[in-house]
Amino acid sequence: MQTQEVPRPTNIAPIALLPSNPLHTRLLNVLLIIWRAMTISRKVAIGSAIVGFFIVVGLFGPFFMPYNPNATSNLFIAPPSGAHWLGTTVVGEDIFSQLIYGTRTSVFWGLATGLLVTVLSVLVGLIGGYFGGWTDDSLTLATNVSLVLPALPLAIVLAAYFPRGPLTIAMVILITNWAWQARVLRSQTLSLRSREFVTAARASGEHTWRIIFFEIFPNEIGLVVAGFVSTTIYVILTWAALEFLGLGDGSIPSWGSMLYWAQQAGALGGGLWWWFIPPGFCIATLGAGLALINFGIDEIADPRLRPERPVKATKSKKEFHADRLSEANHDSGVGGLLRNERA
Amino acid sequence: MSDPGQAEEGASAYHHPGPILEAVHLRKMFPLRSWNLSGPKRAVHAVEDASLALYPGRATALVGESGSGKTTVARMLAGLYSPTSGAIRFRGEPAKLSDASYLRIYRRHVQLILQDPFSSLNPVHGVRYHLERPLHIYRLVHNKTQETEHILSLLNRVNLSPAEQFIQKYPHQLSGGQRQRVAIARALAVQPEVLLADEPVSMLDVSIRLDILNLLLRLKEEERLALLFITHDIASARYFAEETLVMYAGQMVEGGPSDEVIQRPLHPYTQLLVSAAPDPDHLSPDGDTGTPLAGGRSLLPARGEIPSLINPPSGCRFHPRCPHAMPVCSQRFPGRTELGSGRWTHCFLYGDGETSSENLHSSVTPAQTYQSSS
Amino acid sequence: MVTNLHTNAQTNTLLEVKNLNVDYLASNGTVHAVTDVSFTLQRGEILGLAGESGSGKSTLAYAITRLLRSPAMITGGEILYYPRSSQEERNTSRVTLTRLSRNGKREHKKNGNGHSEDEKQPIDLVQLSPAQLRDIRWDELAIVFQSAMNALNPVMTVRAQIMDVLRTHRPHMGPDSRKQRALELMQLVGIAPDRLRSYPHELSGGMRQRAIIAIALALSPEILILDEPTTALDVVVQREILTEIMRLRETLDFSVIFITHDLSLLLELADNVAIMYAGRIVEKASRRDLYLHPRHPYSFGLLNSFPALHGPRRRMSGIPGSPPDLRAVPTGCSFHPRCPLAFDTCHAVLPLLQPAQGEENGQIVACHLYDSRFKAEPPATADLARAYEALAEGRGVQ
Repeated sequence: MQTQEVPRPTNIAPIALLPSNPLHTRLLNVLLIIWRAMTISRKVAIGSAIVGFFIVVGLFGPFFMPYNPNATSNLFIAPPSGAHWLGTTVVGEDIFSQLIYGTRTSVFWGLATGLLVTVLSVLVGLIGGYFGGWTDDSLTLATNVSLVLPALPLAIVLAAYFPRGPLTIAMVILITNWAWQARVLRSQTLSLRSREFVTAARASGEHTWRIIFFEIFPNEIGLVVAGFVSTTIYVILTWAALEFLGLGDGSIPSWGSMLYWAQQAGALGGGLWWWFIPPGFCIATLGAGLALINFGIDEIADPRLRPERPVKATKSKKEFHADRLSEANHDSGVGGLLRNERA
Repeated sequence: MSDPGQAEEGASAYHHPGPILEAVHLRKMFPLRSWNLSGPKRAVHAVEDASLALYPGRATALVGESGSGKTTVARMLAGLYSPTSGAIRFRGEPAKLSDASYLRIYRRHVQLILQDPFSSLNPVHGVRYHLERPLHIYRLVHNKTQETEHILSLLNRVNLSPAEQFIQKYPHQLSGGQRQRVAIARALAVQPEVLLADEPVSMLDVSIRLDILNLLLRLKEEERLALLFITHDIASARYFAEETLVMYAGQMVEGGPSDEVIQRPLHPYTQLLVSAAPDPDHLSPDGDTGTPLAGGRSLLPARGEIPSLINPPSGCRFHPRCPHAMPVCSQRFPGRTELGSGRWTHCFLYGDGETSSENLHSSVTPAQTYQSSS
Repeated sequence: MVTNLHTNAQTNTLLEVKNLNVDYLASNGTVHAVTDVSFTLQRGEILGLAGESGSGKSTLAYAITRLLRSPAMITGGEILYYPRSSQEERNTSRVTLTRLSRNGKREHKKNGNGHSEDEKQPIDLVQLSPAQLRDIRWDELAIVFQSAMNALNPVMTVRAQIMDVLRTHRPHMGPDSRKQRALELMQLVGIAPDRLRSYPHELSGGMRQRAIIAIALALSPEILILDEPTTALDVVVQREILTEIMRLRETLDFSVIFITHDLSLLLELADNVAIMYAGRIVEKASRRDLYLHPRHPYSFGLLNSFPALHGPRRRMSGIPGSPPDLRAVPTGCSFHPRCPLAFDTCHAVLPLLQPAQGEENGQIVACHLYDSRFKAEPPATADLARAYEALAEGRGVQ
């Protein structure tokens, strides 16, 4: 007997995105997921707004720059005025235009590098976690070594050796940052590997690579996305740090390079606040926005962390599942049973 | 090495007189990692000499408590663990389950159903995905239409109707019983000859267990499947299977026709198991036997608990708890004593591995240890 | 029947639950986990609560002990607890276990009879404040949870956990007397004294369950609620634990509410059995009456879902369908979609608990089949059996 039900999955994203659904449904679902995710709590809404703002500025801002960011002029170190909203640099470049162009550079490279790091950590974590044995041992060794090495000094050393430029910085950040998320995913994979649906897939004769990427990985998407966001925060900060230290390509305006040039010109000592505060502020704000989203992702991915709100206004979709015999295995004691949520 | 895939017609064409799947003296030890390189290697002695035979159209129950090794035996038969020693024979030929390509073909013929319906289906995939995977792996269908037809007919076979509705569902939208049916359908998708069911109903609501068991019985009749039913509930073993085997702490202790084994248990452990099982029917006709539990039947308190498998007791592993233990019981494990009409036991009380002509079924008196009411 | 040795002439009632309602408030609607449940627990009685998923039995247990957390809340009804008046003593002839009163003074158990007193006013547990609840909980009312073995703190020894309970509820006890008491309790439940300093992971499942029971009995409560205490244990250990509980009950004289899905167990253990379905009690009867003539079709179906250990082998069928999702409970009688004897009234009208026609033995059932307004002749047990068989044949099961 089938009772009437409204689907209320614990983790909607992977289900909606899988190839078993037709394309238009998937696209619609993606938008729905994003919208739902963004409005799930105030923290996430604010964070998404911030990040969204920067992405929009990064994409479209450069079309509306008042000046060419590299164009020098005769107005040196001018404080903000009507002509130059954020003043000018020591060689007369418009800071506001630089900021806008820098948004595109920083955001794009930040996200791209974050993505690369995530992909590498997924591969290492999943493969090590699933196979175990010496594969896992050697990958874990590499992970641990990478974790132990101090990232920033290593990055500086590596960047100093290789030709200046964003590609170098991206590679350097990749090498020094993949380990943390890899370890997290490895332990998650280890725990999923012993779940019965993996055993059932093996007993059905499923190929190993399919098990890893189609059975185990979809269950970890929440973790991966959360990892991506937190990695990106760190990546953006590291980018800025490396450029500030002069290891980037100074000729391409970005937040970090603006700080570099400001430092070179003695802006901090000279009190040229309009030069170094805006890029610093942007870095901090974008980081904060991503962090806010990260808090929210924890809530989305794990329904048990959602706030328990009474009947009235609440956007969090909580589930109620009646007592199950197997709950004894998943939850222990009072907490799990009282909340009656799926483990 | 013969290819088990040769007889593609399925169980109905299988006319081999012997068992379709056989376990011969299987042994499984799980080594424990120890940092002490010089000391003895520690291991979990999960299974010690298990032998069983499965026949088409017959259900065999493997009964035991936790730590008895019954799940390990099933997983060895399913190719998920490789036996430390012993052999598995499929259709009379040795099954080389360590060979990946053989294993792939073997799995078409021997399927496993797991215990927990709430975790044996991947929560991110729908019913359709779960059922189409086996069809794709073994290339049983060639286009989408065929696939859909096949899946719908599978769903109907396991009484998930209307099938068109169920094909779109996700596991969290299904009840425990429905999920277990999907798991059964998945196992049936490749048209196996042997179904290994590892506690298929233990985690389901009581009122739907019989439904699932009856479904399995019906499939057994219709498809002439050989079923291995693993359970801790001896009453459902009696209901479901023609033959019951009892395991304790990795050793097989008794076996025979289900009704016989349960009505007249011979091995002291089987007697303990039968007397401990809940049995409301023992209440006298007026439904009252005095103080509940204490007076209803006479039970010897079961001393001790299931032993650790890392340092199991020597010889017969039940001897520390057995009221009839003799010195020889701790020295070695008794051989298999045939007692006629398909019954056998491993117990020094009845012999030591001979088929004694005196030990015919009618003259064996079960050791009076645990009086179960009859 | 357990002979009740109290001579309290007024009443033997220990706990009275009246029209209890527990709801889960969620954003997408309220779920009625327990609806209109009433029952009485006498001193010295073992009451069994049987039900499957969604029956509300666990929720009921938590409601009685006031352990529910938001979003679950008690939305109506009373839970009346009749405490023993302070001058009554318990009859514990066999064990000299000192009962510890709240102010730390030891009162020795007297043999013999309690004397009747003017009845103390019952306390409504629903109305109590958290502070008052703390007094009652564990002292008068103890609960052993499902999978309680996992409720032991893995980093504390067992003895430390027992002493912890004592320290919380008996602040006047010194550490030595606490240790003594812990030893007493462990011996009581059958754990060897040398396991006192073991950590939970060093003990087997059965031992841990005994330890939990020891903790529950630490303050000699009047009522012990057991929520599926043996589900996770093997059948032999289960039998041991249950025998142990019964023995303790004889010695310490507490009442038991035993919650389980295993009806066959209850038929061996309990004095009275209440069967719950979809949050309501659908039948209540003594063990014997339920076994001989289950009235409610669900009770009958449930009883016949347990394959028999002895007796003739026959094809059995459970109950078709599955327990309802509490978010979408069927109208009228919630069992009607699965019931082989449902008729038109069942879809519309909610049946109330009342004695079947002509019954005098206290068996009550919530079923229209026994309501003379709707059915002239109530069905006999054999009719229920036939109806289920017909249903099974119709579904092609047989």
